[in-house]
Amino acid sequence: MPGITRNGVRIDDSFAEAFPMRGTALLITGPNRKWARQAAVTMTGFATSVIGCGVEAGIDGDVDPRDTPDGRPGVRVLVFAMSSNELQNQLTNRVGQCVLTSPGSACFADLTAPDELKLGDLLRYFGDGWQISKKFGGRHFWRIPVMDGEFLCEATTSFTKGAVGGGNLLICGADYESTLRAAEAAIEQMDKVKGAIMPFPGGIVRSGSKVGSRYKVLHASTNDAFCPTLRGQVATELDDDLNCVLEIVIDGLTEAAVADAMRVGLAAIVKLGPKKGARRVSAGNYGGKLGPFHFHLKELAP
Amino acid sequence: MTLVLSLKAQPPQRLDLSPLVPHLLKDKSAKEIAEIDLATTKEPAKVGDIFRVRAGSVDEIRFDGGSERFDNLGAESTTGRVVLTGDAGSNVGRKLAGGEVVVTGHVGPYAGSGIESGRLEIIGDAGDFLAAPREGELHGMSGGTLIVRGTVGDRAGDRLRRGTIIIEGDAGDWLGSRLVAGTLVVLGAVGLNPGYLMRRGTLALANPPDLPPYFVDCGAYFAAFAPAFGRALKPESAGAERFFRGALRRFAGDMSVLGKGEIFVPA
Repeated sequence: MPGITRNGVRIDDSFAEAFPMRGTALLITGPNRKWARQAAVTMTGFATSVIGCGVEAGIDGDVDPRDTPDGRPGVRVLVFAMSSNELQNQLTNRVGQCVLTSPGSACFADLTAPDELKLGDLLRYFGDGWQISKKFGGRHFWRIPVMDGEFLCEATTSFTKGAVGGGNLLICGADYESTLRAAEAAIEQMDKVKGAIMPFPGGIVRSGSKVGSRYKVLHASTNDAFCPTLRGQVATELDDDLNCVLEIVIDGLTEAAVADAMRVGLAAIVKLGPKKGARRVSAGNYGGKLGPFHFHLKELAP
Repeated sequence: MTLVLSLKAQPPQRLDLSPLVPHLLKDKSAKEIAEIDLATTKEPAKVGDIFRVRAGSVDEIRFDGGSERFDNLGAESTTGRVVLTGDAGSNVGRKLAGGEVVVTGHVGPYAGSGIESGRLEIIGDAGDFLAAPREGELHGMSGGTLIVRGTVGDRAGDRLRRGTIIIEGDAGDWLGSRLVAGTLVVLGAVGLNPGYLMRRGTLALANPPDLPPYFVDCGAYFAAFAPAFGRALKPESAGAERFFRGALRRFAGDMSVLGKGEIFVPA
């Protein structure tokens, strides 16, 4: 695909095709940074793709104790789903099993949006009648007695219907080391973008998928056009000098957050250059007919 | 400019000031306001007989000069701000449903009786039955914020159902009697039998008396609620924030009723 070249890195004339999602944000605090992060990591585990996990979730960033409601170290978590119901179910299960259970944790809503999800309003029943409702500062909380004291949990959180999921970068390199180096450099910068997460392991996915498969039970299967070992057997997208592809998938609370993350990721890959890093960057789409959000690499390139 | 009502002379009889709230004075001229009848005990009186009226926006109503004969100041107000420089009588801010009422002096009994929402601040002292229900009512304050910088009389927070009361001075006997829920913070000394017959809700006593035997010791308390609540109170009361930042001990009661209420005291 003819595109542009920046600092020797080929950027395809292609675009990432993204979809509307439901998204919410939580602020999880803990007795120290380690345990605030632990609760957040556990809660966002097994949340790489809605295909198999129900939601896509990740850590948006650390929050300074001065900026949390209880003055303790906090971590902001973003959760995305395809439907409001699924988001509600997953949120209840994940906060109930992973945050409520984590030593010393507390859980707060961290998004202002018109639609509401229940949080403490459902988890309070764990208190078996000993739960205590408190309204202060214009917010409603539940205090649930637990074995290390109390779990403080906001009654509700809001969610946006304007979230965007499926922004992506396909990072193609000459060998494994350089491709991973480029992907890691991109993730390091993309992690700093507020309101966007990269839900795959460490932000990177090596098994990009295409829609459908030859098997009835599978809705998605390997993206053979980008598999280097199949280049002789399928209609490949890969040039002869490319032997490894890694993908970064981005979900954001807004279209702008996804675009920002892709922009800084692309800039980091370009900055690293084709010798140390990637030789080519592409993006995945379905021809533009399925998803309403199109992120064109040419417009995001440095 | 603010609407200002300056007291001409100390009134000879009790006055019901409940018509003088922002939502009832909207779109009224100074002349129309001066013509409003005030309920009294003996002689009829109009606003103009008692106050000099200086026209202005009714979003804020300022009373220059108070009297312990001023009853129902800011009662049932829904928006805006009512500020009185001086003292006021009974039922200040009763059934306040929004906005803000501030009294710089002392007030009589039933201040903040049945507040539903909004904010009432009394910089001086308050009488008995702060925030309490009136005769025949089931509940007292049901929301909002009530702050008394001075001391309060007996039965403060009677039948409190929701909302937050902060008393920076001392409180009398039977503090938080029959409390249903909500939070009552007292930074000064507290009289006999706090929390009598309380069902749920929270008393936070920085200088507690000996607690009655129908409260049971629940030990040290260090959960996230304390600092979170303290931070939320900080804009209203630095003392309250300090109390919740410190080490706490929790007592539960009144065990002779439901027993799901709590009293926080310094550890």
